[in-house]
Amino acid sequence: MCGICGAISLAGPLDAPAGAAERMIGMLRHRGDETFGARRDDRVLLGHSRLCIVDIDGGGQPLGNEDGSVWITFNGEIFNHPELRAELQGLGHVFRTRSDTEVAVHAYEQWGEACVERFNGQFALAIRDEARGTVFLARDRYGIRPLFWARHGDLLLFASEVKSLAAWPGFRLEIDPAAAAEVMTHWVNIPPATPFSGVRQLPPGHAAVIDVAAGDDPVAEPVRPRRYWHPSFLDARDDHRFVDRGERARLAARMRESLREASVIRLRADVPVGAYLSGGLDSSLTAALVRDEVGDRLKTFSVGFADAAYDESHWQRLMADRLGTDHAAVKVDGADIGGSFADVVWHAETLLLRTAPAPLFALSRLVRDEGYKVVLTGEGADEVFCGYNIFREAKVRAFWSRDPASRRRPRLLTRLYPYLDQSPPEFLARFYGIGLDAPEDPLFSHDPRWRNTAPIRGFLRPEVVADLRPDDSVERLIASLPDDFRRWGPVARAQYLEMTTFMAGYLLSSQGDRMLMGNTVEGRFPFLDHELAAGAAAVPASAKLESLREKSLLKQAAADLLPAAVIERPKQPYRAPDSVSFSAGPGAELVAAMLDPDAVRAAGIFAPARVSALVRKWAAKGLESARDNMAFTAVLSGQILARRFGPEFAGRVEAAALGHDQIIWR
Amino acid sequence: MEQTALKDRIRGYIVDNFLFGDTDPLKDDAQSLLDTGIIDSVGVMELVAFLEGDLGLKIEDSELVPENLDSIANLAGFVERKRG
Repeated sequence: MCGICGAISLAGPLDAPAGAAERMIGMLRHRGDETFGARRDDRVLLGHSRLCIVDIDGGGQPLGNEDGSVWITFNGEIFNHPELRAELQGLGHVFRTRSDTEVAVHAYEQWGEACVERFNGQFALAIRDEARGTVFLARDRYGIRPLFWARHGDLLLFASEVKSLAAWPGFRLEIDPAAAAEVMTHWVNIPPATPFSGVRQLPPGHAAVIDVAAGDDPVAEPVRPRRYWHPSFLDARDDHRFVDRGERARLAARMRESLREASVIRLRADVPVGAYLSGGLDSSLTAALVRDEVGDRLKTFSVGFADAAYDESHWQRLMADRLGTDHAAVKVDGADIGGSFADVVWHAETLLLRTAPAPLFALSRLVRDEGYKVVLTGEGADEVFCGYNIFREAKVRAFWSRDPASRRRPRLLTRLYPYLDQSPPEFLARFYGIGLDAPEDPLFSHDPRWRNTAPIRGFLRPEVVADLRPDDSVERLIASLPDDFRRWGPVARAQYLEMTTFMAGYLLSSQGDRMLMGNTVEGRFPFLDHELAAGAAAVPASAKLESLREKSLLKQAAADLLPAAVIERPKQPYRAPDSVSFSAGPGAELVAAMLDPDAVRAAGIFAPARVSALVRKWAAKGLESARDNMAFTAVLSGQILARRFGPEFAGRVEAAALGHDQIIWR
Repeated sequence: MEQTALKDRIRGYIVDNFLFGDTDPLKDDAQSLLDTGIIDSVGVMELVAFLEGDLGLKIEDSELVPENLDSIANLAGFVERKRG
């Protein structure tokens, strides 16, 4: 795994200030620090920081084709590279290395921009084509690997992380209040937005061709992302048809075989591959499927909590014993979360509404300390196979919308959220009944969640909020929906929205790539194999989510591989203690420094008096409600973001910058 | 406590505890606290704890209905009826 970066002159020769490449690549060293490479021609600079996983000796980057007219800087993996290599050799391409990166170069030569449709993998790449006078940027289907860009005068800067492109001499980062408000409603930024003004992200499943030869008059918007893939589903009628027992069994067997293939192909590496064990169904299943495929005993890793309410150690140990893996575990408490949170925000590069990334940062450090660079995880299973309550909620609300006056239909919600049992029944209708009159609204499934989060925008400075167009995010999201979306049923629509917003923008990023790469570890996600996705998309939602039984088909597929107790245990959402983690020790010091009224005023994003009132409530009696905890975490992370990417940023860039001779120039 | 003072006290609690001093979302005393998202499901429990603790009421399950709790005016009326 690696980091990529670069600069493109949109007008005339590239004028790179001294040390520009050294700074940009230096800011990626946590993503891979084994070799650093760069290449420049008269218009384009490409940079690379490498973590060696495939073809340790031959995979240096940037890497060119036979005649040096095509150059690539590549982050990620193409798991089907041996098959593609054979196909390309058959077509006459000559290879010099064993690396998957070289496969990408020749695939681009052969198939052009459509090459990405042939990759089974997780990647972000930039390909400089000198003959065509273009740079091709692309990102994998689900957005496992990140890619950002920004304009800087006549330059286009791009990188795996914002901190790398912003390291370009003279570039200034500013938090965009509209983007902060977007996170404080939708939990993520809707691509191409990021928390920073002028910084954009390539949406998952998108690619763009930048015309460098266009002349010396740069166009206003040189990056025009084009979608090459999106999650797809059956039309509503087929998605909710009755599936009998025999068909269910056949579908379960097919999905299990597909998952086995997706897991095994993700073992391809020249270094050992370990696996996360969360104690839940998904990672237990992937670990079980690969246990006999790894040469040695499978190495597994897990994180537990000192607070029993969050801890799943019992289940993790049970699975490790059952599979006979070589298991390593780390236990975190509030002090660990509070103490690491500033670094977590630095790596995540966004406002966070939860502290849940922090324990995963501790987990990837354990992986690194144990000498591993690559792990499989169960991420993606809940989205592909309908594990989350939001899918069940969509189903119940769609059912209820057909008889909005019913008092019984909304009672089904207490099956999803047992705590609602303590809430007066009359209130159920008020919380979840909004929007029932418009079940055809494309955002029907996610509206209650977003509506419940949006009030935390009240912590933004009133001057900042006054200029916002509240519907901008929603319009951008609706405009991005594929044409097929309108034909899908309520569950499929919720799956699509969950995959493209929360999974891509938070789970795969703030809890995924960023926490893994923060400790130089590569995650691989069998459930996000696109061939598995295609198979799962052809399975009706009525089988994936039978009645209100989450992941019913996946459980059936796992039946003889895992202990019944692991399969049947109620799903425990992965969470970490939020505001309570900052009540003492380093976390308390962080709050004192970051949420001090002068610090809040200096950052200019949040309203100091309201933040102080929240801190007083937190200090006096703790924060009980999810909304108060989200507000606290959002404000704290926003303040850290403003500090680290504001006044402290230049010093961090200087400290991380490489020396000129540390880079291999190609 | 007369009606105005009671409403002020309830409004003060809501502004302080749920809005952290931001009075903008609160247009008038008849406004629904649920529909406008000022109070969420946990917020209802906090609100009931305030009525029972700070205002010293004893509240039955059957009284936990929007007609009693869903606006400052409804809350004030409910408290007055309870106090007889």
